[in-house]
Amino acid sequence: MSERTLEFRDALREAMSQEMRANKRVFLLGEEVAEYDGAYKVSRGMLEEFGPQRIIDTPISESGFAGMAIGAAMMGLRPIVEFMSWSFSLVAADPILNNAPKMLYMSGGQFGCPIVFRGNDGAGGQLGSTHSWCVEGMYSNVPGLKMAIPAFADDAKGLLTTAIRDDDPVFFLESERLLALKGHVPEGEHLVPFGQALVRRSGDDVTIVSFGRPVHFCLEAAEALEAEGISCEVIDGRTIRPLDLDTIVRSVKKTNACVVVDQSWSFGSPGSEIAAQIHQACFDDLDNHVMRVHSADVPTPYAWNLEQEYLPNARRIAEAVRSALYVA
Amino acid sequence: MPITTAFQTEIQRVSILDEHGQFDAELGDGLISNDDLVRLYEDMALCRKLDEVAFKLQRSGRMGTYPQNMGQEATSLGAAYVLNQDDWLVTCYRENCGLFHRGLPPEKILLHWMGDERGNHIDPELCVTPIAVPIGTQMLHATGLAWASKYRNESRIACTFFGDGATSEGDFHEAMNFAANLDIPVVFFCQNNHWAISVPGHIQCSAPTVAQRALAYGMDTIQCDGNDLFAVVHCMKTATEHARKEGRPFFIEGVTYRLGDHTTADDARRYRDQDEVDLWTERDPIVRIREHMKSLKIWDDSKEAQLAERVEEETSAIVQRAEGIEAPNDDDFFTSMYADLPADLRRQMDTRRTSSIGEDPSQIENPQTA
Ligand SMILES: Cc1ncc(C[n+]2csc(CCOP(=O)(O)OP(=O)(O)O)c2C)c(N)n1
Ligand SMILES: [Mg+2]
Repeated sequence: MSERTLEFRDALREAMSQEMRANKRVFLLGEEVAEYDGAYKVSRGMLEEFGPQRIIDTPISESGFAGMAIGAAMMGLRPIVEFMSWSFSLVAADPILNNAPKMLYMSGGQFGCPIVFRGNDGAGGQLGSTHSWCVEGMYSNVPGLKMAIPAFADDAKGLLTTAIRDDDPVFFLESERLLALKGHVPEGEHLVPFGQALVRRSGDDVTIVSFGRPVHFCLEAAEALEAEGISCEVIDGRTIRPLDLDTIVRSVKKTNACVVVDQSWSFGSPGSEIAAQIHQACFDDLDNHVMRVHSADVPTPYAWNLEQEYLPNARRIAEAVRSALYVA
Repeated sequence: MPITTAFQTEIQRVSILDEHGQFDAELGDGLISNDDLVRLYEDMALCRKLDEVAFKLQRSGRMGTYPQNMGQEATSLGAAYVLNQDDWLVTCYRENCGLFHRGLPPEKILLHWMGDERGNHIDPELCVTPIAVPIGTQMLHATGLAWASKYRNESRIACTFFGDGATSEGDFHEAMNFAANLDIPVVFFCQNNHWAISVPGHIQCSAPTVAQRALAYGMDTIQCDGNDLFAVVHCMKTATEHARKEGRPFFIEGVTYRLGDHTTADDARRYRDQDEVDLWTERDPIVRIREHMKSLKIWDDSKEAQLAERVEEETSAIVQRAEGIEAPNDDDFFTSMYADLPADLRRQMDTRRTSSIGEDPSQIENPQTA
């Protein structure tokens, strides 16, 4: 296997391009995706290769292009809808939450919705409270959709390929802060199945579960805690829906302690759901209740210093781990 | 006669002081007094200079992303000049000149783009709303503000600003429909600068004018040369009079051009021709007024030099005020979050210790652990 490395953003593009070459039904639409190569340069060069019929610059009408893409998906096409930022998907809440995830159900199986909604998710870029949404908090609550949230370049490609081939609507969450991250990415067809978490680092004392960008904060915290003699097992969930509880439970049964790290707000979040499920599955194995590290329970602050403190950073994760292990 | 004409109309375009210095005295005389003209020119000069300074601040890492106003100063300025001080001025993010004219301290704009919430903490007397970056939302807010004024039998109206791209959002159409059907006195001011980042105007609106969109809602409408301060003022007078007398909305399309990039994160050379930029550089709204004032003998090179000096000093004082403010602290997390901070959040504020920030909830009651 070659050790070719790619940037996260190029891994995303490779997944889209390979799928578009293989399947004429796949196309990409969104604001600035064509002429401009995407607001974050994820679709660089795609207009040139696939032409304006399949790489489509839309008007600034999120509700419009999301809704239209659903219609196209009902006809058997496989649209990839890029939201410049998931924050702007709020304008399209009705089509993406009220239509796409229910289309198959409400049509008694007649109309599928093989669609991928993707874009930049999460805070950390000093974009202020309206542009820093972590939509996994809200959207993962909705049955009928799938949600993938890669933390590394190879998963970016593998999960996006799976998403495009999936017959159900997939919400694909990318972090702008990770787009330049490089990593080994397999060249040919590369699929990462949904619902399979990955142990990123093995350890014995505590299980840290996360997904998306905060996985990196967890690994950073684990590194620091190693020096204190605390051995952390870090699990990268990779998809939130479906959730791979088995991998988590297996680990918690070994470590007997758990910290869940989730960049969304705590109230009614993936983190709170995962913690509840772990409590249920591992009640007798836990030496302490599951700790959770979330973004602070306030609108995302604009100022740099406040935003750093607001995020589930490595320092706060390490504190939670010590607390879970009763280490003063 | 089976087929008749159900409706017919035309879109008027207003130009008073054109780019060649031609001045239409019939429309233009008495529109802006000479004293006011000098003052408005000075406003534009300050705005242009601050734009330059902000761009440099961004490039040297002292500011986040910044959207330049260069080339579009006349639109929001003309509007703010005509509006009453208590009329709502509901802008998006490219209306610095009008906001400064209204009285917004310029350092507020810098603070905002430096990533400080306090840039949007604005004196209520100014009747302006926070910078609106989610495209389109402010048009409905303006409609609601004006509707509330009407509800309370006040004579205030609202004027909202938005770009050509924003007219693609549902918010635009819903705001227009509401305002027209419910008789709400809002002036909708579209700054048609021909581009929405890299996307050209015809992708947002394939009709020959944006102004004609208003017709579909039964709203009066006009187009003007948005780089012509006189034309903007003329149209704003028509619009505000209509709004106040008839209690009806009015639509203005100001045709203009952003001479800079979309924001400092953009490089417009990638998608538009230099010829186009050159053409619009010749139509600069500031140069036009300067030459006109010279022809009126109320301006000369020495006044220009003095102004340049003054503007230089003023902008560096503005930057100092913006950068001199102390960094916000942790308590500011909770500032203005609720009218009345609920007990669970007050506890978070007092202790910095909750499950949501990674601590053991059993220790919440004990601030000693904070
Ligand atoms: C709901 C929403 N969608 C997309 C964006 C990203 N965005 C910011 S500015 C912009 C272009 C706006 O163009 P226009 O309305 O013409 O205003 P201009 O910048 O030209 O003044 C876009 C697409 C956003 N901020 N909000
Ligand atoms: Mg525009």
